[in-house]
Amino acid sequence: MQNIQKPVVSSSSAELQREVAELLIECLNLEIAVDQIDPDAPLYGEGLGLDSIDVLEVALVVSKRYGMQLRADSADNQHTFSSLRSLSDHIAAQRTR
Amino acid sequence: MSFLPLVSHVSPDGIVAWRADGPVTLRRFLAEARRLAGLFPAGGHLLNLCGDRYRFSVGLAAAILTGKVSLLPSTHTPGVVRQIREFAPDVFCLTDSDAVAVDLPRLPYPAMNPADETGAFEIPQIEARQRVAVVFTSGSTGTPLPHDKTWGGLVGSVQAEAACLGLLRNAPCTIVGTVPPQHMYGFESTVLMGWGNGHAFSHARPFYPADICQALASVPVPRVLVSSPAHLRALLDAGLALPQVSLVVSATAPLSDRLAQNIEALCSAPLMEIYGSTETGLIATRRPTQTAEWQLLPGIKLTTKDDRVYAGGGHIETPTALSDVIEPVAGGKFLLHGRIADLVNIAGKRHSLASLNHLLNTIPGVVDGAFYMPDDNGHDRIARLAACVVAPGLDAPLVLKALREHIDPVFLPRPLLFVDALPRNSTGKLPRAALQALLRQHNKRKSG
Repeated sequence: MQNIQKPVVSSSSAELQREVAELLIECLNLEIAVDQIDPDAPLYGEGLGLDSIDVLEVALVVSKRYGMQLRADSADNQHTFSSLRSLSDHIAAQRTR
Repeated sequence: MSFLPLVSHVSPDGIVAWRADGPVTLRRFLAEARRLAGLFPAGGHLLNLCGDRYRFSVGLAAAILTGKVSLLPSTHTPGVVRQIREFAPDVFCLTDSDAVAVDLPRLPYPAMNPADETGAFEIPQIEARQRVAVVFTSGSTGTPLPHDKTWGGLVGSVQAEAACLGLLRNAPCTIVGTVPPQHMYGFESTVLMGWGNGHAFSHARPFYPADICQALASVPVPRVLVSSPAHLRALLDAGLALPQVSLVVSATAPLSDRLAQNIEALCSAPLMEIYGSTETGLIATRRPTQTAEWQLLPGIKLTTKDDRVYAGGGHIETPTALSDVIEPVAGGKFLLHGRIADLVNIAGKRHSLASLNHLLNTIPGVVDGAFYMPDDNGHDRIARLAACVVAPGLDAPLVLKALREHIDPVFLPRPLLFVDALPRNSTGKLPRAALQALLRQHNKRKSG
């Protein structure tokens, strides 16, 4: 996979990734087990199959749980939801709780 | 022949849009539309994929000025793009992002500079019968059905809308939309409503609640928020401080009473719902905190024939069957009782269930298959389709990949259940209740 540069570098722990995976599965009622989600596979389209309605749902849960607001107008929005790892990294960098 | 102006703003310094760097005057907008029109290739049809609402509007204006027709399909999957090309072989696409991947000749949105703002100022007059857009519905056989939109019809529609929303010849306001301008609702209620009534719209298409707040804060009052139940629910749940809004408009799906009340409380402003369809444009409005009854726009009448309700009159050129169960009541009003069984509406995108089933069953390796639309959950959460399929030798990723070629992701089944046989009855029919029982069993197994 291509290595994409991010303005805020903060890597998430395996523990946080697992927590976020659980949150995705619960929030979207996905038919998949936590360890079946490849942390680097795309969440959109052919990976986990999320669409923009899902992203809005996930964003709500993420903002409540971690005390942060997701923003689309920052340049790396596409990047934020590109994989479980990138979403977890974004949460690790922005969370207030 | 009758002509109607492209915009109802009068002064060259009137504001038609707000961008990140400030207001766009009518003079600048018209200059940019003329500049873009000069770059258009010869083809007569445009697929306008600009994500920025202002750039979309410049593309639309340039197409209207050069007699080109804007095509508005409901989604841009590879299969639909192929069908669009069959419909209009000369189609080209206007994009403002490199991320857009469609298999069509492409015109990147050009850089504009203020020096382009030369030339005489004149508001273009457009012939009312000019066909300016073609919108598409899913049809029942997998081929999108085209519906022509004339300039006169569209102008009539948004003026009637503005009258019902109290935005007609009122003090100019700024429209912030969370819905895309490529969808009939966003097309009419942001871009055309702004043009036709002297208002401005924001270039932004905010997505997350924090984006909506920021987009509102960066334009002047009075502000109108044009949105959908999904975005409004997210906005409410986020609990952010909302900038002052004078009116909230919602469409694509009915709001629950509770969400409607909470949104009005959050915004200290009325919330108006719009009812319409891709075929007809909008036909009615209501304020759900005050009444369940929808008020038809002036001039529009409902007629019933063979159990289907048709809307005609006003801006609707030919009477059109509506895809919901409608109960007309006195005084040009009606009640809405959900969708007709064959039609699915997810987040404002409609598809015929028959057509989805047809697509599923044409996938090589699928022996039998059926989609299932769960009952409305009434919680403002968007319900998803499910599907059962008999396809030995295929797996879920393969079936989903084949579907994704043709249908918008919102219609992808969740869950997609592989079974040995569908519970068809002795006549080969598949009762909805049998499908429902099958899926319920699956859900029970999963949670148990």
